[in-house]
Amino acid sequence: MNASFVRKRSAIAAVLPMYIFSIAFVLGPLIYMLVLSFLTRGQQWGVSAIFTLKNYTDIFEPVYLATFAQSLKLALISTALVALAGYPFGYFMARLSPRWRSRCMMLLIIPFWTSSLMRLYGWMIIFRANGTLDSLLISLGLIESPLKLLYSFPAVSVGMVYSLLPFMIYSVFASAEKLDWSLVEAARDLGASPFSAFATVSLPLTMPGLYSGVVLTFIPTMGLYFIADILGGNKIALVGNLIQEQLLRVRNWPFAAALSVVLMLLTSLFLLAYRRLSHSGELEGLV
Amino acid sequence: MGAILTLMYLPIVLVIIYSFNESKTSSVWTGATWDWYIQLFKDGSMISALKNSVVLALASSVSAAFIGTLGAVGMSKAKLRGASAMEYISTLPIMLPEIILGMVFLAFFSLIRLPFGMLTLIISHTSFSIPYVLLLVKARLSGMDKSYEEAARDLGASELQAFLTVTLPLVAPAIVSGMLLAIAMSFDDVIISVFVTGVNTNTLPIKIYTQIKTGVTPKTNALCALLFLATVFLAILSSWLGKSKKSEMPPIEIIPSQSH
Repeated sequence: MNASFVRKRSAIAAVLPMYIFSIAFVLGPLIYMLVLSFLTRGQQWGVSAIFTLKNYTDIFEPVYLATFAQSLKLALISTALVALAGYPFGYFMARLSPRWRSRCMMLLIIPFWTSSLMRLYGWMIIFRANGTLDSLLISLGLIESPLKLLYSFPAVSVGMVYSLLPFMIYSVFASAEKLDWSLVEAARDLGASPFSAFATVSLPLTMPGLYSGVVLTFIPTMGLYFIADILGGNKIALVGNLIQEQLLRVRNWPFAAALSVVLMLLTSLFLLAYRRLSHSGELEGLV
Repeated sequence: MGAILTLMYLPIVLVIIYSFNESKTSSVWTGATWDWYIQLFKDGSMISALKNSVVLALASSVSAAFIGTLGAVGMSKAKLRGASAMEYISTLPIMLPEIILGMVFLAFFSLIRLPFGMLTLIISHTSFSIPYVLLLVKARLSGMDKSYEEAARDLGASELQAFLTVTLPLVAPAIVSGMLLAIAMSFDDVIISVFVTGVNTNTLPIKIYTQIKTGVTPKTNALCALLFLATVFLAILSSWLGKSKKSEMPPIEIIPSQSH
C-alpha cells in the first residue's frame, strides 16, 4: 500500500461526514425547494404532485411585483449608505496603529455579536412617537410635534444600515490592511495630491473589499424580514416578509418556494457579477 | 469613526437604561429599580428558553467543529474529485439569504417527517455553523507548514496519530474561533429558528421576538442587558484567543531539510 493511496483514503474518510451532511441537509432541501416550486397547492393542506407554472406566473401580479420593487429599493439605498459610512471607516481603521486597531476591532465586534433583536429594540425606543429622537429634536426646538418615524421606510433603512454596516467595515478593512502603503507614499512623492493618490492608488486596490462588502450587505437585505417587521410594522413588506407570510400564515408552500427560487436566482446573479468584477470567488472579510 | 461607534452603542445603552425603569410601559422614566431582574429569574419560561438556546448553540457548534474541521483537513490532504463543488455546497448556508434556508428546512423536515423541535433546530444551526469552521480551519491549514505532519509520519506515526498529535493542536485556535462565531450566530438566530422550531421549544431570540411584537416589559430589557454582558465576555475571550494565535507556531528550523 503506497503512501499516496493511504493519504487519499484518509482524506476521503475525513471529508465524508461533511459531504454526507451537506448533501442531505443543504443540497437535498434546496432541490426539494426547486421541485416544490413547480407543484400545486393542496386543496386545504399540503401539496399535490401536479406540475404547474402558476407559482411563477403569480409573482408577476402587481402586489408581489411591488414587494420585489420595494425590497430592491431598500436594498439599493441601504447598500449605498452602508458603503458610504463603512468604506471610510474600514479604510481609516487600517491606518490606525496596531494597538488602536485591535481596540477598534473589539468595539466593533461587541455590538455585532450582541443580539440583533436587542439592538433593533433599541432603535424602537429611539424612533417611537415621543421616544428618544422626538424628545431630543423637540427640546432642541427643531420640530414641534413628534415625527413618528417608527413603522416607516426610513426607520427600516436605518435598521438595515445599522445591522449590516459591520460586514462592510470588515471587508474594506481586510482589503485595506493588505494595501502596500508605500505605493500611496510613492504617488504622493511623485506629486499626486492626497485625493488623486487615493483615487488612483488606494481606491482601485481596496475595490475587492468594497465589492465584497456590497455583496455581504445587499444579499441579506432582501431576506431580513424581522427588521422590516420590527421597525416597519406591517407597512413595509420585503420579499422575506412575503415568503414568511406565505409559509406560516397562508400556508401556500409552493408559492413560497417559487419566491425563494427567484430570490436565490437574484442572489446568484449578484454573486456572479461580483465574481466577474473582482476576478476571484473568495469574499473578503467573510469570517 | 467616533460618531459611527457612538451610534452603534446608542440603542444598546438605551435598552440597558430602560431595564432599570420602574414603569411597566417603557416610554416614560419613573425611577430606578432592580425588580425586573429579580422577576426575570423567577420566570420559568425565560429560564427554559435560555437553556434551549445554550444547548442548541453548544450542540450545533460542536457538531460543526467536528464536521468542518475534518472536512477542511481532508480537503487539504489530497485533491479529491468534486471537492470544490462540495465546498461550494457546504458554504452555501452562509451565502444565501437566511429566509431561504428557513424555508427549505421547514419544507424538507416536514417532507421527511422529522418532528419539529430541538433536533431540527440543531441540524439547521449546524448547517450554517459548518462554513465558519470550514473556512477558518482551511485558511489556517493553508498558512501552515506541511513538514510537521510529514515529519511525524516519517518517524512512524500513523495517519491518525499524526492528525491528533500534530495537525489538530496546530489548527485548534481556528477551530475555537470558528466555534465562537458559530455560537454567536446560533445564539442570535431568529430567522431560521422561527421556521424549524416546535410548538414547545422556544429559544431566547424567538422569545424576545414574540415579546417585541406583542408588547415588551422591562423584563425583556433586563434579559437583553444580561445577554449583552455575556457577549462582551465572549468577545474578550475570542480576542484573547486571537492574540495567542500568533505566538504559538514554533519556528520550522528544528526540522532539517533534505539538502543539508
